Amino acid sequence: MAGISLELLLAALMVAATPILLAAIGETVVEKSGVLNLGVEGMMITGAICGFAVAVETGSPTLGFLGAALGGAVLSLIFAFLTQVLLSNQVATGLALTLFGLGFSALIGQSYAGVKPPPTGDIDFGPLSDIPFIGPVVFSHDIMVYVGILATAAVWAFLRYTRAGLILKAVGESHDAAHALGYKVVRIRILAIAFGGAMAGLGGAYISLVRVPQWTEGMTAGAGWIALALVVFGAWKPWRVLIGAWLFGGITVLQLNLQAAGIAVPVELLSMSPYLVTILVLVIMSADKRRAALNAPASLGRVFHATS
Amino acid sequence: MIRLEKRPTPSKMWTYLTPIVAVLLTMIAGGLMFAALGKNPVEAIRTIFYDPLFNEQFAAYSRPQLLVKAAPLILIAIGLSLGFRAGVWNIGAEGQYIIGAVVGGGVGLAFYPSGSPLIFPLMIVAGGIGGWAWAMIPGLLRVWFNTSEILVSLLLVYVAEQILASMSLGLMRNPEGGGFPGSRNFQQWDAVANVELIPGTGMHWGVVAAFLAVIGAYVLLAKHVLGYQIRLTGAAPRAARFAGVSPSRLILTCMGISGALAGLAGLFELTGPAGQISIDFNSGYGFTAIIVAFLGRLHPVGILLAGLLMALTYIGGELAQFMLSVPAAAIQAFQGMLLFFLLAVDVLTNYRIRLARTDTKTGAA
Repeated sequence: MAGISLELLLAALMVAATPILLAAIGETVVEKSGVLNLGVEGMMITGAICGFAVAVETGSPTLGFLGAALGGAVLSLIFAFLTQVLLSNQVATGLALTLFGLGFSALIGQSYAGVKPPPTGDIDFGPLSDIPFIGPVVFSHDIMVYVGILATAAVWAFLRYTRAGLILKAVGESHDAAHALGYKVVRIRILAIAFGGAMAGLGGAYISLVRVPQWTEGMTAGAGWIALALVVFGAWKPWRVLIGAWLFGGITVLQLNLQAAGIAVPVELLSMSPYLVTILVLVIMSADKRRAALNAPASLGRVFHATS
Repeated sequence: MIRLEKRPTPSKMWTYLTPIVAVLLTMIAGGLMFAALGKNPVEAIRTIFYDPLFNEQFAAYSRPQLLVKAAPLILIAIGLSLGFRAGVWNIGAEGQYIIGAVVGGGVGLAFYPSGSPLIFPLMIVAGGIGGWAWAMIPGLLRVWFNTSEILVSLLLVYVAEQILASMSLGLMRNPEGGGFPGSRNFQQWDAVANVELIPGTGMHWGVVAAFLAVIGAYVLLAKHVLGYQIRLTGAAPRAARFAGVSPSRLILTCMGISGALAGLAGLFELTGPAGQISIDFNSGYGFTAIIVAFLGRLHPVGILLAGLLMALTYIGGELAQFMLSVPAAAIQAFQGMLLFFLLAVDVLTNYRIRLARTDTKTGAA
């Protein structure tokens, strides 16, 4: 383990966790409203290319991230229209979103292979970043790392303290009861889905603009699916999702470091470790049936059709 | 104001019509996409759907390819459709396809260079078992721990891809390959080569297996008690449980069958068209088969037709790439679009569209 510094590891962990955190926080809101959108991977890859293209064309990473959020949201609205208006199966439609997103992004991305995006600068915290250990770990990142954490706090506060958040949860727990109370179930869900799409788009753009940073086909490599697993891991609670994201960020960074350190473990085994750990965590979280059933929104994945 | 009214039973007519409507809508939307790419839309659509079959210059090559490409799609989609009907979502067929090929190929290579006629059947069995075992992981986790089989089966695709990379770079690398990644070429090993059975048709053992799977699934669903249980669980899960259907056993059966068929598809592809285990051995059949299963309305005969149609888009896509320099990714987007339209028009199968003016209805529920 020599040669791997804890300081650098923790700093890199924050960066590695950001894409899946952004996507998972968005998906938390979607699932809290009772919708299961399995298209996170497709929305992330679409965000990755939209953000990349906009950033390259305008030279502004900020506009790139906005474009990514827009791209992800627009794609998610296809899902919203199909599942909420045309009442299609959510699992199948989510998969369609992922399949389409992967093809569509590859199509747009053709002319962007090998292009370098404009760099996203780190925020200047002044003297704070000079604090030993804490400075490099906490105060030396680009803006999106903090956006991820702020979004976690915002979603937590929204779900816990606001009336709108309460309505959203009511819709997710029992859409029939919420409908009977006069809440616009479909409209609320469409808004939630669009938010989830925008967040997934941001997460994808973070991969293509900051983490890698360049465009390659299928570059999200399952991050969307890991984000979906994170929501289950976090038991639909924002702060736990954040901890989960850091955990997975840590594993990703650690295995990359171990690969670089040339440790006597096959590279492939290290590369598959994030996926294996995700499965393991899913098993642990779902094994306690009572608790899993208690946390999951009761109407999750069910089609809502107002009969009156 | 447009209202949807649930039909008491799904419309028979629309069940047959929706795939056709979806294909037509996809052609229109796809044409717009090609136009946006600066290609002649009519020419592009014709190149994809018509030229591979009827163009004098290309048809001789393309027609046999139809069966070659359709076979793995049909084989996998048949297995998936059984699960989808019962609400068991195995979406990691791509991984089971890889593992089937790796296990079957590994068993074969252990006997290299034997000329025994028993090796090929043995590899087929091993390939099926490989895919079955890989699908059992999400199946058993679902049954034991109630873990989402959707996420686990999908995540295992990435694990399988790493195993594939490891195998083609390490354990199964051709010792006479001059250090290049990839296994020995099974096509050059006469005892196991999955060759064309009837010259000029593209018919290989995988195609035979695909046809057998279609017939088998048809009989299973129509005549066998397991088929009845699958249909019952899909239609009314609670009723099925009261009728004595064990959900756990059904999950394991559906996962197992779909995994085994995907493994077989991988093995036939390995010994046939692909030839060797290599890093880029898998080409997305496991995912496209999901579209095939839905396009075929989860019905064996429908899947047969849908598989052929989807194979056509692959071949036509390659042709369009070559003739009109349409990017390969456009075809992938095209296939994804097809699933979108299918799911969209499916509303007509289950709901009646009513034009109702809300003001004339005075609160009648």
